[in-house]
Amino acid sequence: MCLCIPSQIVEIHPEDSTVTVDTLGVRRRISTHLIEDPLNMGDYLLIHVGFAISKINEQEALKSLEEYRLLLAEMDEEEARALFI
Amino acid sequence: MIELKDLSQGFRNPELMQSLSQRIHQLSAQLSESVKIMEVCGGHTHTIMKYGLNQLLPRNIEFIHGPGCPVCIMPKERIDHAIELAMLPEVILVTLGDMIRVPGSKGTLAQCRAKGGDVRPVYDPLDALEIAKQNPDRKVVFFAIGFETTTPMTAVLLELAEKQNVANLYFHINHVLVPPAVDAVMADGAAKVTAFIGPSHVSAITGSDIYQPIVDCYHTPVVVSGFEPVDVMQSILMIVEQKVQGIAKLEVQYTRVVTAKGNQAAQQKVASMFTLRPHFRWRGLGDIPLSSLVLSEQYRHRDAEIVFADALSDQAIEDHKACQCADILRGLAKPNQCRVFGRGCTPTKPMGSCMVSSEGACNAYYRYAGLAFDLDLTKEATTGKASINRAKTEKEITA
Repeated sequence: MCLCIPSQIVEIHPEDSTVTVDTLGVRRRISTHLIEDPLNMGDYLLIHVGFAISKINEQEALKSLEEYRLLLAEMDEEEARALFI
Repeated sequence: MIELKDLSQGFRNPELMQSLSQRIHQLSAQLSESVKIMEVCGGHTHTIMKYGLNQLLPRNIEFIHGPGCPVCIMPKERIDHAIELAMLPEVILVTLGDMIRVPGSKGTLAQCRAKGGDVRPVYDPLDALEIAKQNPDRKVVFFAIGFETTTPMTAVLLELAEKQNVANLYFHINHVLVPPAVDAVMADGAAKVTAFIGPSHVSAITGSDIYQPIVDCYHTPVVVSGFEPVDVMQSILMIVEQKVQGIAKLEVQYTRVVTAKGNQAAQQKVASMFTLRPHFRWRGLGDIPLSSLVLSEQYRHRDAEIVFADALSDQAIEDHKACQCADILRGLAKPNQCRVFGRGCTPTKPMGSCMVSSEGACNAYYRYAGLAFDLDLTKEATTGKASINRAKTEKEITA
């Protein structure tokens, strides 16, 4: 029920409040009745039982991935230092 | 610019999980007491077991599985309602997938279908609208289940049925709320939970602020987490950081989706169509006042519990004595401590609801037990002799 997979908008159908999304290669049409913000091609959505429930904040996702990159670099440094102790 | 694959693969990096694990080990060494983290949502349970996150954690961090699986908490009498409705010749009963295999006291909806009941599982609630339009001479009942994440979809379905004058669509509402369930677990106290991983797709709708009263009342950290393994590991690290500092606050790890106030449009739709139900009996947790929803006054003409009242039984039904779903849902037992786990109760022949749903704790243990299991649990098992080692790996099960 709760496992939503990120999907990307590839077609917009304003006539019936739906969009076609790509979910890692699979395309399907889903409802956008619950999204008030304007939707654009390429936007990322979270889909739950045929409905978009939220836009995915790309900036926040990038920020998280950058944090992780720094953490990995930091851990590598710690490990390298440990070799000389 | 981010790629679609980064949104899933980027949060499944094994090296990163290892690094987070190291950080958690370093920090948790400073803790004088162990941390009992309840992951409320079944989706998180699934992630923990699938990726073996319990094996990446130090001994002083324990997961307690919570009641956040809508299929699992459904008491038998509600499933009986669905079966009673489906057996009416004029009714087509429509429900979301997993529900059809959950046993009530009169069998499952799948068995009811074999006996002639018109039961139609769907994966999109709007399919119920199409079924109603295609069958104008029948009465279509949508058996609505789910937490705050799924309630807005039922609201949209109702809105469209009203707008399009589809008069033959009715609703049997079983929408439940997370905060009262968490509150019930904490008020009971037996599970001794000291931190929470908060359900995040619930918060995508409601906002993360709904958990603030839990933090204030019980002084436990709540971290709203995404569902990828890196998300969960980072959330655990955030909990441990709070514990080391001796603080308890609400934090959001899943910032790419969750905001404090959530999806206002969805909240407005729900508020305009639903009202609180005075009482709802949860499997495992018993009666929790004001913990579920019912259609508001102006939509009562579509409420199946009113329209079909004469056909519905009205009796609370207890679970099978051997099944420990109730204790598992309250965080008092682990699936492998149940006598029937993996023996009389398997995903293909479930006895209890926690084994049916892919989000149920028993189902997650059975599926992934061969891949990830804390062997300490078998030593601690107080009931029965079910051994996790008997369970097949996911590979064998799906082969």
